[in-house]
Parts: sequence; structure tokens; C-alpha cells
Amino acid sequence: MPSENHYPNRLGIRGWLFGGNFGFERYLYALHRLTGLGILAYFLLHIVVTSSRALGPEAWRSAMGMVEGPLFKVGEYLVFAAFAFHGLNGIRLILLELGIAVGRPIEPVYPYRTSVHVQRPLAVVVMLLAAAVAVLGGFNLFG
Amino acid sequence: MSEVIFHVRRYQPGKDARPYYQEFRVPLTPGLTVLDGLWHIKETQDPSLAWRFSCRMGICGSCGMLINGRARLACNTQITELGTSRVCIAPLPNFDIIRDLVPDLQPMFRTHKEMKPFIIRGDGLTESSEGEFIQTSEELEHYLQFSYCIKCGCCMAACPTVASDREYAGPMPLAQAHRYNRDSRDMGFAERKQVLGGGRGPWRCHFAGECSRVCPKGVDPARAIQLMKRELFLDVLHLRGKSCAAPCAGKPTDAKRREGIPEAPKPTVG
Ligand code: SF4
Ligand code: SF4
Ligand code: FES
Repeated sequence: MPSENHYPNRLGIRGWLFGGNFGFERYLYALHRLTGLGILAYFLLHIVVTSSRALGPEAWRSAMGMVEGPLFKVGEYLVFAAFAFHGLNGIRLILLELGIAVGRPIEPVYPYRTSVHVQRPLAVVVMLLAAAVAVLGGFNLFG
Repeated sequence: MSEVIFHVRRYQPGKDARPYYQEFRVPLTPGLTVLDGLWHIKETQDPSLAWRFSCRMGICGSCGMLINGRARLACNTQITELGTSRVCIAPLPNFDIIRDLVPDLQPMFRTHKEMKPFIIRGDGLTESSEGEFIQTSEELEHYLQFSYCIKCGCCMAACPTVASDREYAGPMPLAQAHRYNRDSRDMGFAERKQVLGGGRGPWRCHFAGECSRVCPKGVDPARAIQLMKRELFLDVLHLRGKSCAAPCAGKPTDAKRREGIPEAPKPTVG
């Protein structure tokens, strides 16, 4: 709601995708968060399902029966692909956070060459790797 | 193209329930900037249109706005470089709107102040300095790029973390904290570290890089923030290795005035 003399204009979650130049790294950022949440959701589900073993073999069997079927297999594959992306992109982020691949501060002369340009090859290599791992995982699961 | 259509987001507190877009037509003249276009509208079509500006040459940082979906300086953006005859202008997102295109930058400045963006020394020399602090050109390069910041807020408008996280300090204040942390004359790292930990600090940045992409001065806040994380990490390992601030060179005592150079005039005050 607008206060007496201000209108709120924070983008919220929309700002993950909107508000800038729609660069490659912005999408990696959004996907990193999304896959992180997905993996967390899977992890919680995993704990709930496997903890059914504590209620006896019958409960375990019925819980396992619930998570069988092609839909869950696709879901499982998506979790795997998300994990491949999140893990490899996470390595890129850690390298950047250690000051590796962002370059040294320079005199800004137009057209500016920023740390985004410097780390771009790393981002591309990491994404190719993630794609390769996801494809190999697909062969393993469905092949 | 002889005319440009400006879609300007309008909002007047107390009058409008919510912002809306209004269309204006502006004749295209050579070298027309977005700022010139806004002036044309104000002078010939609607004197009530409000925005902020001062220098008209990318120095003061007042005229940041969202132009065709990207945060830019209005004075620094020529219509022809946008490659379209439709210009959509809105106030910088992630800041409250005061009126029309005027964002409330106060929260950003308050956070900036929190980062202690000034030289801090334990020896009190900043006030009583008798000479210059010694700094090599290599030491200067560690922070020079980040000192070009004009506090326009474009990076804050583009950052996805600022968009969804109220606590996060944002690229401008963090880049400025790093600018002072890396200044060889400064000893304020321990003090700034108090603000830099937790949700306010650089660890909420996941390198979307938008801040550096939109920055009109090439400041590259994303680089400053990653380098700051490195410093914080090294500090935890006790590997940061800076123990004293650059010393004061003092006034030369044995220098002689070259012949023919007149004395400075007597001070007129004090
Ligand atoms: S870092 Fe760049 S975009 Fe951000 S406030 Fe400074 S000059 Fe503006
Ligand atoms: S690099 Fe960090 S500060 Fe810059 S836009 Fe991305 S998340 Fe925000
Ligand atoms: S008017 Fe000063 S930066 Fe645009």
C-alpha cells in the first residue's frame, strides 16, 4: 500500500528475472535459487519417505509404492539434473567468491570490460559440463 | 524517424491511487538525450512532470531511471542508441516512488553511511595530518575503479537480491565498503566487518552481475563484492595480512625554494 507520500516499488521475486539487461548470469542466478529450493524440497520428501521404515515393513512398502511409477522417475531425473547444475554452478560461485576469475580492478575506460566478461568463459564451461552430466545421467536412468 | 514516443510512468502522491503510463510525442533532434526529451515535455506539454537531475553530464548521479527496461542515466542515454522510436521511462525500481520519476534514494544513502565510507585510522592522523600519506600507484589501483561511483542507484535497481531481500545492503554500499577496506591509508576493516557479516553483507550476492552490467561509470560493483568476500575469507583464516595504515610522509624539512618562484599570498582568513 502507498504510504502518505511514497509508493512502494520493490520488484520482489519478479526482480530475479526483470530489472536489468537480462544477462546470462542473471538466469544462472535465478536457476541456482530455483534448483536449490527444488533440491531442498526433494530432501525433505526423501526424509519423510525413508523414515516410514521406522513404522514397520508394511508402512515402508506402501511408502515405496507411492513413489514408484514413470512420473516419479522423471521427477527423480529432474532432481538429478538440478543437482548437477546447482553443484557445478556452486563451484563457479565459490571460485568467484575467492576472487578467482573476476579479474583485478582496472581503470574504467569505455566500453567497460567488467568482471562479468572476465568470468564468462568459466560460466560457459561450467554450463557445458552440467549439460554433459545431465545427459549422461539421463542415459543411466532411462537407458 | 522524426518523432519519438515517450511512455512516462506518472504518480502523484495524494492524487493517484497507483502509477500509470502517459504518452508524449517529442520531435527527434540530433543528439537528443532522454533528459532533453523530458525537458521538452515539461516545457511544452506538461509542466507538472517531475524527475531529478543536476549536472546533465553523468557526474552527479541524480538522473538514474528505468529506460526501456534497463537502469540508466537519462542524461547519458541518447535516443538513437536505444534503436527504437518508443521510449518507456519509469522510476528506478527497488526504491519507493516519491513522485513521477523521482525515487526515494534515502535508504541507499543510509546504508552507505552504515558502511563507514571514509578513511578510519587508529593514529588520529586524519585530523592532524601535517603532510600526505604515502601510497604507491599499485596500492591506488586496488580501489581506484570503485571510487568512480556516482551513487546513482542504477546497480541497486538491477540487482535481483536487492529486489527480493530488504535486508541486503546492495551493490553500491558494499562496493564502497570494499573501496575503503582496500585503501592502504585505511584501518577500518575491523569496524566495517561488523556490518558486513550476516544478511546485510556480501554473502547474499550470488553474482548475477547485473550491477556491473548497468553501471554507467564502469565501477564493477560485482567485482568489488567478490574481492571483499575473498578479504573476509582470508581474515577468518588470519591470512589477510595488513597490520598498519600507510604512514604520513610529513613535510620535507630540507627542501629549498627554487629561484624565481614567488611566495604564496598571505592567507586572507584565519
Ligand atoms: S556502482 Fe555504478 S551503478 Fe552503482 S551507484 Fe555507483 S555509479 Fe551508480
Ligand atoms: S553481482 Fe551481486 S550485487 Fe551485483 S547484481 Fe548480482 S547479486 Fe546483486
Ligand atoms: S544529470 Fe547528473 S548524472 Fe545525469
